[in-house]
Amino acid sequence: MRQFHEQLQDLFQNVVQMGTLTESMVRGAVSALVARDEGLCADVFEKEKAVNRLQVEVDDKAVKLTALQQPVAQDVRFLFMASRIGGELERIADQAINICQNAHHVIEAPPLPPLLDLPQMADAAQKMVRDSLAAMIQRDVVLAALVLEDEKRVDAFRNQIFSTLLDWMKRDPAAIEQALSLILIARNLERVGDHATNVAEEVIYWIQGRDVRHSKGVPVAEQERETA
Amino acid sequence: MMKVSNWPKPARNRAENGAVPAALTSAGEDEMATEPPVKAEAKHLSFSYGSFRALKDINIRILQNRVTALIGPSGCGKSTFLRCFNRMHDLYPNSSYEGQITLYPQNINIIGPKVDPIEVRMRVGMVFQKPNPFPKSIYENVAYGLRLRGVRNRKLLDQKVEEALKSAAIWDEAKDRLHQSASKLSGGQQQRLCIARALATDPEILAFDEPTSALDPMATSRIEELVSALRERVTIIIVTHNMQQAARVSDFTAFMYLGELIEFGVTDKMFTNPSNKLTEEYITGRFG
Repeated sequence: MRQFHEQLQDLFQNVVQMGTLTESMVRGAVSALVARDEGLCADVFEKEKAVNRLQVEVDDKAVKLTALQQPVAQDVRFLFMASRIGGELERIADQAINICQNAHHVIEAPPLPPLLDLPQMADAAQKMVRDSLAAMIQRDVVLAALVLEDEKRVDAFRNQIFSTLLDWMKRDPAAIEQALSLILIARNLERVGDHATNVAEEVIYWIQGRDVRHSKGVPVAEQERETA
Repeated sequence: MMKVSNWPKPARNRAENGAVPAALTSAGEDEMATEPPVKAEAKHLSFSYGSFRALKDINIRILQNRVTALIGPSGCGKSTFLRCFNRMHDLYPNSSYEGQITLYPQNINIIGPKVDPIEVRMRVGMVFQKPNPFPKSIYENVAYGLRLRGVRNRKLLDQKVEEALKSAAIWDEAKDRLHQSASKLSGGQQQRLCIARALATDPEILAFDEPTSALDPMATSRIEELVSALRERVTIIIVTHNMQQAARVSDFTAFMYLGELIEFGVTDKMFTNPSNKLTEEYITGRFG
């Protein structure tokens, strides 16, 4: 049994490592955009290989431990969580790659007037990733639940950015190509937030055994009444 | 990379210090909302071997036509509790019961001093860890309880023996050698014969005390299938050290520790998200 618990710990370290790499990929992609330095993307592309390799490793370990150890309670929840979080992190890494690819078009073109909302949105999305991982590492369900609430903020930034860029495109057709790339980047950041939300939901499932997926929109008061 | 030196401890619950995020508040669960009738109920049951208190104030309801598994570390009292159901302890001196075990719908306290233990054992059959056929033929093993009840009619005996052997899924293997010694059967077959013997008297409850711990995986699988099939006609209580067996065969699980009932609930819930920390630690192998 001790060996099994060490194997769980080892798998946990793999997920943490994957999370750390993914978080740094998003940070690198956003830095490349803000600093208009495409060279920063090289590191992002390099890290993707490690993330992909870790996802396969995490899934392989989770399947083997499930089959061989017949886990129960928090252990079985952890194994499912690890595999699903692995998938979410791999998709966050894909979004970082997409940001780099879209940033290429933005960096090539002459700078547009400062779009302040985008760096703020990037900060918010990165914070969601960081907090969802911290919630997992510290087993902090309160922090995980706060990540779910942050999603609305990121969505609001996306709407604001879409609206601003649409105005630019109407005013200056020459800016369309660059504005479209920025719209795609805003969409990438929104997806990063969505995946961070999914990570946080998995953390709540692991710790409390409660599946909160697809329960968004239920008013707090109503949920509290149901609990009582 | 962030370093994690050990399995992390849950963060302190901050809910009481401030606003509770929406995702932390949701519906309470009530898996037992559609319960079948109660077949037996232990109320404030305590049991002592001399001065040693082996069971302490057990309260539990055993539901009809359901399988209830009793789990817990060695010495926790699960077998002691099971044996209360057919008055096995009466065979030994210096044992004493407190509280009651009520059998429904008759509403009889089966550990009451005025209740005949022999009659209780007819109604609550027991299957033990090691197959224990009598040194008699297959037929006589199954007919034994019926003869004890005064059944003499050969035709009725034949019919009851066949029914019991069929119910215990051993008829096909035994029908051509009913009058051969039961000791010639394999371990798994002997255990099914013991189940047939217990079924012959039409018990209301079957109590299994680690019924597969002496059997190979194939024989274990057959007994588990049998337990699932038998729940259609009897109420089953099973003591097992095998967590996976409890998870596979039971509808409800009770976790006992140091003579106390720590947690009782729907098996699915007990093995995926137990409410009690001790239960969680025991079933995940972190304690016990």
